[in-house]
Amino acid sequence: MARRVNTWRWPVLGLAALYFLVPLAASVVFTVDVPGRGVTFDAYRRIVSTEGFTSSLLLSLELALATIAVVLLLMVPAVVALRLGAPRLRPVVEVVCSLPLVVPPIAFVAGISTVLKWGPEHLSRTPLFQTFVAVQNPDFPFVLVLAYVVMALPFVYRALDAGLRAIDVRTLAEAARSCGAAWPQALLRAVLPNLRGALLNASFLTLALVLGEFTVAQLLGFTPFAVWIYSIGGSQAQLSVAVSVLSLLVTWALLLTLAGFGGRTKTASRG
Amino acid sequence: MTGTLARADVVSAASPKRRRRAPGWLAVVPLLAFIAVAFGVPALAMLNGAFTVKDQATGATSYSTANMTASLDGAYLTALAGSVKLSAVCAFLGALLGLPLAQAVVSSRSRALREAVLTASGVLANFGGVPLAFAFVATLGNAGVLTRRLGLGEKGWNLYSFGGLVLVYLYFLIPLMVLTITPALEGLRTQWREAARNNGATGVQYWRHVALPVLAPSLLGGLVLLFGSAFAAYATAAAMVGSSVPLVTLQIADAISGNVLVGQENVALALSLDMVLVAGAVMAVYLPLQRRSARWLDA
Repeated sequence: MARRVNTWRWPVLGLAALYFLVPLAASVVFTVDVPGRGVTFDAYRRIVSTEGFTSSLLLSLELALATIAVVLLLMVPAVVALRLGAPRLRPVVEVVCSLPLVVPPIAFVAGISTVLKWGPEHLSRTPLFQTFVAVQNPDFPFVLVLAYVVMALPFVYRALDAGLRAIDVRTLAEAARSCGAAWPQALLRAVLPNLRGALLNASFLTLALVLGEFTVAQLLGFTPFAVWIYSIGGSQAQLSVAVSVLSLLVTWALLLTLAGFGGRTKTASRG
Repeated sequence: MTGTLARADVVSAASPKRRRRAPGWLAVVPLLAFIAVAFGVPALAMLNGAFTVKDQATGATSYSTANMTASLDGAYLTALAGSVKLSAVCAFLGALLGLPLAQAVVSSRSRALREAVLTASGVLANFGGVPLAFAFVATLGNAGVLTRRLGLGEKGWNLYSFGGLVLVYLYFLIPLMVLTITPALEGLRTQWREAARNNGATGVQYWRHVALPVLAPSLLGGLVLLFGSAFAAYATAAAMVGSSVPLVTLQIADAISGNVLVGQENVALALSLDMVLVAGAVMAVYLPLQRRSARWLDA
């Protein structure tokens, strides 16, 4: 039996390896082997000096940091409270946090752009209009942070929920309270350190999501990293593939770190 | 004396409870308020817009199902059908190819191989969008490395087509299937196989009558999950094929960017609503299935 299993296993694994490695290898060949010029690393050298690289990458990183901060500030107190004081709300929060999975990003951005159009159409004389303008500031489009937080909710909820399941929050919090800690202190000094793995997990997933996000940003007319790669694709093929290869490596490094921290299964929670 | 004592007892018993409950409520409120604004308002705007028709001459708006009807007609229907067809083909192939790969990994005794494949799957399942499209363009596009070396262009190969999209989508769907089905495959007890063999069953019979029925909920769950993933994907298709393959996501994007007939803007919202309904149906199938397969495998 065991020998029969072996005969089909290696061809299957071999074909899979071929399918998954060839595009990567070919991309690298494409960037260094330019027709008529031989092997050159010029495409990689040009990346940093190309117009828009630094600004779009910085914008993506800023958006990612803001998204992580907002999503953790909203979610951590809520999920801890669900365990401690408001267990009846748990199914509600669970369902609400899974709802974004049912709405594809493109449908979500269609809704957002409709709302943003209300600004000029109906609200131009109210103070709300200033808010609409402010959230669409091209230097730091806060509207993207709002969208990314919503899109990250299902993954962050699952990561935090899994982390909380592993520790006895009630005992931890009550012990801290008995020692005279106020609620914020109990949360910060007793509960959060025990959630370090889950918090890192949630942050990495959010970071990967924001760095790779294209749909919402492009359709709302902003240029973070993924949109920038797309925009140079038309005119500078070698360069765009070179950046793709690099951004892949960075994202993979991130997700592999995550796999090292939190166990492999959590990276699968795409939806 | 006893009266005051009793009251003190009641107070001391009640006060920690009240203290505990108050922050519980308060901590959930900001989250729910945020979701209501950042998710609820756009969702309602989409719903409202999908059923609103604006009269071009008078500028008056009225509620009607005209947009929904339009979204299920002509080029829009073609796009919707194209998306469903693409997602169905991708989900089917992804499940068909992911299952043997997962079984090869699960039946292997090498821990290193399992860890390597599962970690790689986790990474690849999250890989999509523009970089994936460009990697395939560099490989099999018009001037791609393999296209030139193997002379595929003369043989009629075209990456920017339905078949090309399937090939590219499988790159993240097969790993997703491996991740979804591996726990179920690991849950198949060796005793079941041994029992089947002791009763004279062949390998094929074991798979047909024991393994596949147990796996069925997980398989079906994986299938709809893959369908949903492929259905919602936009960036890869946008970066690769532009609009040469009719897809509902590309149609919506066109409409949002203003490349659409005047008066048809709300059809994009109707199309979005169509997508939400399809995705909602997918989730409605997926979640109970997932629970059901969990019941089998946890036992």
